[in-house]
Amino acid sequence: MEELLIAVAASQDREAFHSLFNYFAPRVKSYLQQKGTSPELAEEAVQEAMLNVWRKAGQFDPQKASASTWIFAIARNTRIDLLRKTIRPELDPNDPSLVPDPSKSAVEIVSASEEAEQIRSSVALLPPEQQEVLRLAFFEDIAHTEIARKLNIPLGTVKSRIRLAVQRIRSEIGEHK
Amino acid sequence: MNVYHHPSEALLLDYSSGALDEGWSIAIATHLALCPTCRQTVRDMEAIGAAFMENIKPTPLSDDSLSIFSTGLSIEPDQHEITVKSKLTRPSPILPEPLRRYVGGDIDQVTWQRLGLGAYQCLIPTSNDQTTVRLLRIPAGKPVPTHSHGGLELTLVLSGAFSDMTGHYGRGDLQEADETLEHQPYASEVEDCVCLAVTDLPLRFSSLAARMVQPFIGI
Repeated sequence: MEELLIAVAASQDREAFHSLFNYFAPRVKSYLQQKGTSPELAEEAVQEAMLNVWRKAGQFDPQKASASTWIFAIARNTRIDLLRKTIRPELDPNDPSLVPDPSKSAVEIVSASEEAEQIRSSVALLPPEQQEVLRLAFFEDIAHTEIARKLNIPLGTVKSRIRLAVQRIRSEIGEHK
Repeated sequence: MNVYHHPSEALLLDYSSGALDEGWSIAIATHLALCPTCRQTVRDMEAIGAAFMENIKPTPLSDDSLSIFSTGLSIEPDQHEITVKSKLTRPSPILPEPLRRYVGGDIDQVTWQRLGLGAYQCLIPTSNDQTTVRLLRIPAGKPVPTHSHGGLELTLVLSGAFSDMTGHYGRGDLQEADETLEHQPYASEVEDCVCLAVTDLPLRFSSLAARMVQPFIGI
């Protein structure tokens, strides 16, 4: 998948884009259709998101993100722009004020796509109550305060479930390094 | 530069999922520019979001959607700008992106409005009124009157430093304060403290004098 995105960036490779489209567009559509978005609007948003994938492919950095993580972020931002009609503030990776990432030693370098794969399998191993909180966050597009209300549990419980899930996933990734 | 105070994982998750409102997101995204650790956490959380997205049942698109693309990919991809990072003669701006864009320039471009007691503010407009976003400048060695919080307050230090009973906060540090915290932050002696403050409800000042001027200064 990463190679396909790189091909789109390097040579505007339409065949590579079609393969990406066939795999991701129906998934992006399912993601965008959450929270009662009409199929027509979701269709429009998925077109917009995939067009952004085509246009912004040059910004894809395989060291920082896997193809699916990068496309997820594009789909999320398209949803904010188009469906919520608000602006998403984002850092600028070329900003001279940005404090750069620490350089990694050769031993530590795991490709972002490998890491994404590890994260995906460790999410599946989380306790159900932690998975539920993460699923609500990403699928219902609700903040952790609303998750607490929806599940009728204290805010502190939601916060600690999120913290434990992150810690657990981190240590899983660490173990594989 | 070391950052010691970070936003909670819960706020980083809200930012990663897209549920966090614009005002809070300005503080989080600006903290991310100064904090590689939280940047990595957000990348990991986005990978979690991507994993959920990949695992859901795909919804077929209407038949003509790909054909729109086959004919419509005439749009040129954005030219990837390669910024030359050799401007070493110019010091890097104090205000990182995305904050700099909201302010319309670096810290020397800020139009300060007097708050009294030597403090200044600059309100930053956003697309909605869910939050109030402002830059605050507290004079060196001076306190902000003791207050608690009606709701959530995020304070991100941009230059100088402040301290309260929860610790010392320097450039890049972010304080997440809620109803449970009553504090009196002091700017450090060395220089004025400039920070970005985002609130959803007005602060609750303990002293009557501060409460009386509150409606006029809008804090």
